[in-house]
Amino acid sequence: MLSIKRLSKAYVAGKPVLIDIDLEIASRGITAIIGASGTGKSTLIRCINRLVEPTSGAIEFEGRDLVKLSRASLRQARRHIGMVFQEYNLVERLTVMENLLSGRLGYVSAWRAWRRKFPPADIARAFELLDVVGLAGFANQRADSLSGGQRQRVGIARAVMQQPSLLLADEPTSSLDPKTSVEVMQLLTDIARERGIPVVINMHDVELAKRFSDRIVGMAGGKVVFDGPPGELTDSMLKSIYGGEDWLH
Amino acid sequence: MAELAHDRIWRRFTPAQKLARFAVYLVIVAAIVASIRTVEVIPEFLADAPEQVVDLLTRMWPPDTAYYPKGVHAALIETIHIASLGTLLSLLLALPVGLFAAHNICPYLPLNLAAKLILVSSRSVNSLVWALLFVGVFGPGALAGTLAIAFRSIGFVGKLVAEALEDSQPGPIEALSAAGAPGASLLSFGYWPQIKPAFWSIALFRWDINVRESAVLGLVGAGGIGMALDSALNLFQWNRVAVILLAIFAVVIAAEIVVTVARKRMIQPQ
Amino acid sequence: MNTAAARPDPFPVDGWKRAGWLLLAVYVVYAAAQMDVSWDRVVSGLHNARHFFERLFPPNFSRWDLLVKGLGESLQIAVLASALGIALSLPIGLAASRNLVPAWMSWPARLLIVAARSFHPVIVAILFVKAVGFGALAGILALALASIGFTAKLFAEAIEEISLKQVEAVRATGAPFGSVIGIGVLPQVFARFIGFATYQLDSNLRNSTMVGIVGAGGIGGTLFAAFQRFDYDFVCAILISIIALIMLGELLATGVRAIFIDGASIGDLFRRGPRAPGGRHERLLEDD
Repeated sequence: MLSIKRLSKAYVAGKPVLIDIDLEIASRGITAIIGASGTGKSTLIRCINRLVEPTSGAIEFEGRDLVKLSRASLRQARRHIGMVFQEYNLVERLTVMENLLSGRLGYVSAWRAWRRKFPPADIARAFELLDVVGLAGFANQRADSLSGGQRQRVGIARAVMQQPSLLLADEPTSSLDPKTSVEVMQLLTDIARERGIPVVINMHDVELAKRFSDRIVGMAGGKVVFDGPPGELTDSMLKSIYGGEDWLH
Repeated sequence: MAELAHDRIWRRFTPAQKLARFAVYLVIVAAIVASIRTVEVIPEFLADAPEQVVDLLTRMWPPDTAYYPKGVHAALIETIHIASLGTLLSLLLALPVGLFAAHNICPYLPLNLAAKLILVSSRSVNSLVWALLFVGVFGPGALAGTLAIAFRSIGFVGKLVAEALEDSQPGPIEALSAAGAPGASLLSFGYWPQIKPAFWSIALFRWDINVRESAVLGLVGAGGIGMALDSALNLFQWNRVAVILLAIFAVVIAAEIVVTVARKRMIQPQ
Repeated sequence: MNTAAARPDPFPVDGWKRAGWLLLAVYVVYAAAQMDVSWDRVVSGLHNARHFFERLFPPNFSRWDLLVKGLGESLQIAVLASALGIALSLPIGLAASRNLVPAWMSWPARLLIVAARSFHPVIVAILFVKAVGFGALAGILALALASIGFTAKLFAEAIEEISLKQVEAVRATGAPFGSVIGIGVLPQVFARFIGFATYQLDSNLRNSTMVGIVGAGGIGGTLFAAFQRFDYDFVCAILISIIALIMLGELLATGVRAIFIDGASIGDLFRRGPRAPGGRHERLLEDD
């Protein structure tokens, strides 16, 4: 349901970070992208919803090439792609409920959003999601009063509020302690599986990736060097992804 | 090995920095000397000055407090209205200009520069001069004064609003645009909550300054206590001048107290 | 499953906030009425405004010699008032800092500072004009006093915020009082002091263009005279020159701050260009 075709990105001409990436994401399942820092995995994730502009290539989603879309059409397409961020990226001074509802901003006119007149169905769904992520009763608390793990739960809930067809997560657990990381990963994958939403996660913790994903994509030197189920990820494979000089090409 | 010896010299400033600092000192001294030599000040007047000042102060004592109720009170209240309405109007006008001047919200350089030019011009023209202009257009009275305060404050408020916008965290904005939020919602959900505390602090600050500014606008006919001051000065009624000055002093102090209290309450988390 | 009844209101109405906005609206209507701000006046004014603006443009620079003379005098007033004011602010500010001097010295100094701050420079200028006569002298004295009001206060605050530990450390080495001040106190406040001083110079430049309106010298007098003669195109030329001068002043002030606070060299200033180098400095705006 997401087709990445010959995607390339160079921040500085002549030094490409992504080289002709070809990737197909099916409409179900958890895909984890792993690799050493600087190999372009964050760039790849951000190119999908064009937070970073690709240099060349196509990204086909719901029948349209996202790269070619105008800003207005891109905005509409983005409503169907939810994203979870490493630094949570909540609006700190707003309440948890307002942060959740901000996932629906693409569907509500700016005027109604300003006056906080969201459809009752959205509000009901928000409360339900709060229960699911274990934050019942936190609706009117300010986001900056929450712990890191709680904030990421809000982040996940916000992304799911969009009722997306695809979930992206850019290092969602890198700012969390090991125990909370596992909890957040569990939550993310459970919600995605229950609602049938495919997830693409960019992460640096290989053990977490192996534990929670159905498919692992390993990147090195701007290219995909491994693509398969976690069971097939051998130690020598890992070395070629993380270690050695080949990525300095 | 020669480089090592070089690196071991402990210098507080590099030669380039020293040059720059020296240049500034030079310019400052030159400016002061040039000014002293060319300014048209009669030395006898300068020598006479302290005595004259003391003479003036003696003439102002005792202050004519009987004058207060009929001559001063209403004008004082009018001054406060001018300051308050002027500040409120400027907040309304400064927000859009501030938005355009922030380069993360409006990345189009010509618009940025145009907005910045508006802000600089507003700040560079003194409120007294603005008052002159508006008295010319709308005639004497508090309307001219209010508009003068408003237009003068746009530059101040707009500049600080633009800076607050440019300093805001990009992360939440990124998240909201990744969810497909339209531009207007990015402003109301992403930026406004972030700048809200700074905005009210700026508004309060400006109101405080405007109370002081409003007091003098009457000197050019733009309403408020300045007009009473002007007539008392022209008629050399020093005791009345004294009571007017004391009244202004009192209002300024009162405004400072209000602002300090309001600020303390704003710092409490909601 | 549907426990809607138990849900809290997602957007609770803040009664205090609502009341505040209402009060504000009422005040605006009340104050406007008090000031005789009627719609007709505004409309007739806008009508006037158009004529007015037509007479403002194009700006008339033909009497540029008068313009330059006036600006020059304003510059002199600004420079000398700043020099005098800043020079006096150092001892007065030091005398007003409660952590370094005893109360019998700090209280009078603080009172002087408050008095100097409370009056608009124009009012002070008028008083000086009445005392020492028309001309630049009144302007210089008035702005020097205003400068003390701001600079000495900020200086005193900066001194009160210094870390006494550093002062103690220098004292512990047995250094004489002068060195204690020089090495323990001054380096901590120097950067902030440069900030105040450049700010004050800018502020005085702004004010010096205005005190002429009441006879205290500078371009303000030229402006007022032109205004009264209805030479609006000359007025426009003067305003443009004032704006240009102040913009130049701000640029120079930013440069000086970069040199002393961020350690820039002349080359750095040109390389970085007009964008504010070194980031934001303290907000010490009093009447910017």
